[in-house]
Amino acid sequence: MSRKTLVTLVLVLTLLLPVGMSGASAAPAAQPGAAYTIKLGDTLWMLAEKYLGAGTAWPAIMALTNQKNVADTTFARIENADLIYPGWKLWIPSADEAKTFLATYTPSKPEMLFGKRAKGQVVVASWWTAGGEAEGLKGLFDIYKAKYPDVEIVNATVAGGAGFVFRAVVKPRLIASDPPDTFQLHAGLEVEGYSPEQYLEPLDNIFASEGLEKVFPKDLLTLLKYKGHYWGVPVNIHRSNVLWYDKSIFADAKLNPPTTFDEFFAVADALKAKGIVPLVMGTSGGWEAGHVFESVLAGTCGAEKYKGLWTGAVPWTDGCVTQALQNYKRMLTYVNTDHPALSWDGAGQYLINNKGAMIIMGDWTNGWFQSMNYTDYGWAPPPGTKGIFVALSDSFSLPKKAPNRDNAIAWVQVCGSKAGQEAFNPKKGSICARTDCDPKLFNAYLQSAMVDWSKDAIVPSVIHGAAAIESWVTDFKDAITLFLTSGDVAGTQKALQAACVAAGACK
Amino acid sequence: MTTAERALPRVARVRWSRVLIYAILIAFAAFYLMPVYILLITGMKSFAEVSLYRMWSLPSGVHFDSFTKAWFGSVEEGFRGLSLNFMNSVYITIPATIISAILGSMNGYVLSKWRFRGSDMLFPALLFGMFIPYQSILIPLVQSLSKIGLYGTIPGLIFVHIVYGIPITTLIFRNYYATVPTELVEAAKIDGANIFSIYRWVMFPLSMPGFVVVLIWQFTSIWNDFLFAVTIAQNPAIQPITVGLNNLAGSYIVQWNVQMAGALIAALPTLLVYIFLGRFFMRGLLAGALKG
Amino acid sequence: MAKKIAAHRELISEERKVRSTWARRLTWERMAPVLLVLPSAIAIAIFVYGFIGFTGFASLTRWNKLLPDFTLVGLSNYLVLFAHPRFQIDVRNSVVFTALFLTGCVGIGFLLAVLLDQRVKGENIFRSIYLFPMAISFIVTGVVWRWLLNPGSLEMGSTGVNLLFDRVGLGFLKWGWFTDPTVLHIRPDNGLGIFLQGIGLGALTTDKFGIPVAIISLVIAATWQMSGYVMAMYLAGLHGIPEELREAARVDGASEWQILWHVLWPLLRPITLGAVIILGHISLKIYDLVVAMTGPGIGFSTDVPAYFMWETTFHSNRFAQGASIATIMLIMVAILIIPYLVYSTRREVEA
Repeated sequence: MSRKTLVTLVLVLTLLLPVGMSGASAAPAAQPGAAYTIKLGDTLWMLAEKYLGAGTAWPAIMALTNQKNVADTTFARIENADLIYPGWKLWIPSADEAKTFLATYTPSKPEMLFGKRAKGQVVVASWWTAGGEAEGLKGLFDIYKAKYPDVEIVNATVAGGAGFVFRAVVKPRLIASDPPDTFQLHAGLEVEGYSPEQYLEPLDNIFASEGLEKVFPKDLLTLLKYKGHYWGVPVNIHRSNVLWYDKSIFADAKLNPPTTFDEFFAVADALKAKGIVPLVMGTSGGWEAGHVFESVLAGTCGAEKYKGLWTGAVPWTDGCVTQALQNYKRMLTYVNTDHPALSWDGAGQYLINNKGAMIIMGDWTNGWFQSMNYTDYGWAPPPGTKGIFVALSDSFSLPKKAPNRDNAIAWVQVCGSKAGQEAFNPKKGSICARTDCDPKLFNAYLQSAMVDWSKDAIVPSVIHGAAAIESWVTDFKDAITLFLTSGDVAGTQKALQAACVAAGACK
Repeated sequence: MTTAERALPRVARVRWSRVLIYAILIAFAAFYLMPVYILLITGMKSFAEVSLYRMWSLPSGVHFDSFTKAWFGSVEEGFRGLSLNFMNSVYITIPATIISAILGSMNGYVLSKWRFRGSDMLFPALLFGMFIPYQSILIPLVQSLSKIGLYGTIPGLIFVHIVYGIPITTLIFRNYYATVPTELVEAAKIDGANIFSIYRWVMFPLSMPGFVVVLIWQFTSIWNDFLFAVTIAQNPAIQPITVGLNNLAGSYIVQWNVQMAGALIAALPTLLVYIFLGRFFMRGLLAGALKG
Repeated sequence: MAKKIAAHRELISEERKVRSTWARRLTWERMAPVLLVLPSAIAIAIFVYGFIGFTGFASLTRWNKLLPDFTLVGLSNYLVLFAHPRFQIDVRNSVVFTALFLTGCVGIGFLLAVLLDQRVKGENIFRSIYLFPMAISFIVTGVVWRWLLNPGSLEMGSTGVNLLFDRVGLGFLKWGWFTDPTVLHIRPDNGLGIFLQGIGLGALTTDKFGIPVAIISLVIAATWQMSGYVMAMYLAGLHGIPEELREAARVDGASEWQILWHVLWPLLRPITLGAVIILGHISLKIYDLVVAMTGPGIGFSTDVPAYFMWETTFHSNRFAQGASIATIMLIMVAILIIPYLVYSTRREVEA
């Protein structure tokens, strides 16, 4: 019996091993804070284990080093805890200093990891964690830093597709009256989900003082207003309605990118006869089908009616919606069969492999094609949308009770400025919201998009949070998802009308 | 039939059915191992080799970069590795497992050996908590945790796992202690022992198999939990590995080989627990620990 | 006399001392077990029953934005829900998934247990192989089975299991797996359909009362994960059946099949019941697997109430509606579990 107990006790202890390992390094003898130079192979975690007794104390090292950096630039400034380099000088705090810091530190407030400069901090919260987005953000930071060297910029990003996780982190902070200084949100009606009259400051004064109403297109200004006020300064513009096509396939088949729906079906038939998938889609994300449909809707109804659908001026029972659904239904017969298993980039692979001809997707596709070293593509407005720009935009807001209000106001001003937008957009792969940015800074596709932006009728994207409140966007998505399999035009049209009523836009 | 006659056909018959038995068992073994095969070979491929359309091919060589990338992340490619998530899982799972096991043991002991008014109803009432869909209490849970300041924290997650672990740990221990003869407890009572000393000197020494089953079960459940993690740990800095993996596997910047390697890393601790301690788990099951 | 009184007084005070110590011991003895379970009881009272109450209450309100609004609106959220096509599909999916999942796990679990019980060489290895998927989280399972059951396409080539079928010459077995939107249901234009419409049950011929084939992919992944557990339970049960019982049946001339069906299966009924209960409640609240593997799927064919609840609450900010879905899920589980709890408690009281 005792042997069995012994054996099982040993087994229980093996389960406890990880805890033992991490707490194993007994708390070192109390020592005062000291400077430390990073050697190759060091990580903040390791250093925290060694000097403070636990790897989880790394925030203390990062924060206190950053605080030292404000006064003494020989100390490193750690922006990213995973990115430290040999030769950097860190401040290893004493056990007491670390304890005091850790007692108040919480991961939902990354600004605590940064020092405060003479004029405080500005905590910029976004979901731009990787790639061109992160680089663009850095460009904005550089502009800000040049103008306001006495403010410490805190890059408080939260990873997670299109801000879904981000929203769930920021909303509780807003409710708790403990917001970041500024945070990212899609321009348009997405702001409704943040209860702006309660939690955000209207930016009408800033728009006026910066002259933004003169440099933003009128259609954009209409899109930005909610309950009569502006709630965010848009940094960029993305286009949702772009038809990307494989140039060599079209050249071989002696076809041109279709401009009307009839042309589309003719082209599609020709391609299908050659065994090429005419239109590729990847719907595993749940939003892509709706994304394609909003182009079809805009292309069938035209800019004015499309806008009217979202304001309630045009009922969803209108004939153009019926026609749009019928167009979409026919388009779906030309789509790859495995679309539910693919995301949009998985579908894009068809073009890269010369097995698919067209894809209707936003202009972030351009950056992705380039990263895959694929250059054999062209772009055109999807059928019926020549002269229509279905826009989505990222903007920054000003929460009420922002801890560093002046710095935050300076930030949104930088976001709206020519210098700021020119620094951000070329890297991000989007275009300026302003109409006066220098085209020479942008690549070929973006230049053409800029031209369109200044000429076309601008309408809001629904799938990307501009045209409708969040619950309406979900209802819209659901209706289209069902439509993909049911093909029931009348039923879907009724559902779309019901969604409009539920959102309060229609009667 | 003579003994010889009876023997021959039966041997032949048994031989044929033995072959069938092994065939079926091996076929099923292949079915169960197929996903692990995919995980392993994809994780060991280099990015150039990885392709959805050649997924069954063996890798050209054994590359471990996918594993390193999955663990440490990649600055150039802009994704975080799972190392932070892994440690978060450890910090959540170990305390929650141990504390819920202790609570379950106490409850199981009291409910199996001590009668008091309402104890007969208390057990099913506690047990019901194990069956509720956790989605049905998410909203009030988030609200309450917010109010007491535990929302979005690791202690908050630990607390949640302890509370919702109470029903299953109580069930396992109660069923297990029910197999301990009541006479032992009665004898101790006569000797003047009170409720605590009976636990300390009679029940606890006998509890090891029960603890093993509970610790393994809770470790696995809590390590593999996704719903509470994704609801409560909204901040990526404290997300455990299930959420980290889901983000990794859903992202279009991360390559397939890294995603599969990440999946293996996420599954490793519980797999190891089952491989090495599975025998004791089976013994615990046989001792009646998890019988309905 | 004084001595007697003094002795009497001493006796009384002794009695009192003894009684008070006894009384104290009695109350202490009685209170201790209650105090020991009290923390758990309170925790469950709040975090299970209290929360269920709150959710039920919230489902009767108008709380559909970020800011709470507790105006009571009766059952309107439920009425909206039952008329919602996505929710109707979810309930159908839940029922179909549960039925297929339970059958698969119990069937495979029982089969493997019976086979392993035949004194097979390497029983331990086989058992470990069948049992290990239990250790894995539904997220990992979803990630890998998503790959395995990705059908590929004609143009780009097959992948996953379809590719395997091609390689071993079983190419005719290829199909769309979870990309196939087909829902097998009674057609309104065949014999049975016309009959049902005739008696006013025409609704049964819609695809709301059918089997979405895409969900089979989810079933396969889930069965892969949980059938080992059922096998372990059956194996434990089979080991507990004394060999004499089987010998007796054999002597009576029963074949192995008959022994299986008429002796073993009935004796294992408690295990079957336990497995159905455990698997049933897991399947009614399945969420992680759907998130990681298929998402809501083509035409919502792999959507489940738990997923819809999540989206409704945290995407659309419709908290009251989310609470209604949650309450319905709870009722579905309660229908399964409460009879079982009552039955097992009563059985214990009798024992």
